[in-house]
Amino acid sequence: MRSTTVTLNIDAREISVETGITVAAAIAMAGSGVTRRSVGGAARAPLCGMGVCQECRVTIDGRMHQLSCQTLCAEGMRVVTS
Amino acid sequence: MKRYDIIVIGAGPAGLAAAQAAASHGARVAVVDDNPLAGGQIWRGGPDRQADPRAQQLWRELRTSANVHFLQQTRVLYAPEPGRLLVQTPAASDTLHYGQLIIATGARERLLPFPGWTLPGVTGAGGLQALAKGGYPLQGKRVVVAGSGPLLLAVAATLQAKGARIGAVVEQASTPALARFVLGLLATPSKIAQALQLARQLKGVPYLRGSYVHSAQGDDALQSVRIQRGGKRELESLKCDYLACGYGLLPNLELAQALGCATKDGAVEVDEWQHSSVPGIYCAGEGTGVGGVDLALAEGRIAGLAASGHVEQAQEAFGRRARWKKFAARLARGFALRPELATLAGDDTIVCRCEDVCHGELRTHTSWRSAKLQTRCGMGPCQGRICGGATDILYGWRPDAVRLPISPARVSSIID
Repeated sequence: MRSTTVTLNIDAREISVETGITVAAAIAMAGSGVTRRSVGGAARAPLCGMGVCQECRVTIDGRMHQLSCQTLCAEGMRVVTS
Repeated sequence: MKRYDIIVIGAGPAGLAAAQAAASHGARVAVVDDNPLAGGQIWRGGPDRQADPRAQQLWRELRTSANVHFLQQTRVLYAPEPGRLLVQTPAASDTLHYGQLIIATGARERLLPFPGWTLPGVTGAGGLQALAKGGYPLQGKRVVVAGSGPLLLAVAATLQAKGARIGAVVEQASTPALARFVLGLLATPSKIAQALQLARQLKGVPYLRGSYVHSAQGDDALQSVRIQRGGKRELESLKCDYLACGYGLLPNLELAQALGCATKDGAVEVDEWQHSSVPGIYCAGEGTGVGGVDLALAEGRIAGLAASGHVEQAQEAFGRRARWKKFAARLARGFALRPELATLAGDDTIVCRCEDVCHGELRTHTSWRSAKLQTRCGMGPCQGRICGGATDILYGWRPDAVRLPISPARVSSIID
């Protein structure tokens, strides 16, 4: 039977989530939901939810500036927030 | 390089209707979309998973059409020359060649700055709905839904169904304006049925008319919001974990503008065939003016049929389009923004979230260009998409030109 969960790594912490959910959602499940720091150093989290505002950008599998609200979680994915 | 007769940009209702209409006559069609799944915002998560039978039918036909290709998680960067688009996926880039182009890039939310709006936990209204559909954990969370438009009710219902506790729905439109809008619904019975269903789902949730969020409070994250209730002197405080606040929708014009299509009053100008001012480029859906799913489906169908050379058949949807355009006009009138919303930001309230530019630095500028050159407003990765909708309301100026590439791009996508 096909597995209905995937395990990914968010900021060096493993988390298992249902398939089909976004990385933004997994980040919120794993903690505060904060995805990045602003130019002035303040914590920011997803705002528009639809790939426009860029607040949810994180590093995924070494690729910077990926939009976590438009990326689905995948097995073994490594996510780094800032 | 891949060649298509027709490329549709955007897999929401307009794009899917356009693709289906064009493909039904044999055209080789590609649908380019930046989300992992087709459906756009209103059918987010896949057309096959929606209650709307139109979504399911379009999807069934598109999925079984061998001449339709879906390119998901794909963003358009720019047009290196007419008839070509450079696109980027998370891992690669490609050049697509088209005969005709249909732009169905939908809309984003208008988000307005108020003290505290950059706190984690403050999102767009449709924004939190979209996040929730992507699995965002809201079980047991206290949520205030605010802003303007019928979307707020749909958002509240979705969030409630995901386990959130809705503290209130805060609508800035006045009671008389809302009453006129509700009366106008008599012309569109399907919308009455929808409204009644939402009202049943949201029974017991306060709907605060003529009211708006004044500010959001919290240290590291949102803890409460202050609300200016219609006719009340004192602000009311509501504790919440999330504030989902959006002031209506704004068409996504960047691609159309980058291709040279004329726009007017924030929408792409099209003729009766949904054809833009640029030969071979059509536009359908929210891009031509916000009107909702029914108008988007009619416009998409007309664009798809016209672009594939079936103008007589396209005319069959003209009546439907006209009816939903009237609905769009009533929507705009009913939910026009009140002037107080432009006065909420303090001098230390951030307006440009990408570059952390505050209201105090911007309010003395008289144009987008001057503000941009002197403060970096709009120069961050959202390219003015969020702050541009705010500066329009706050200062009366907005982005004057589109920047290329229209989405943040990897250097390798451009120089390879």
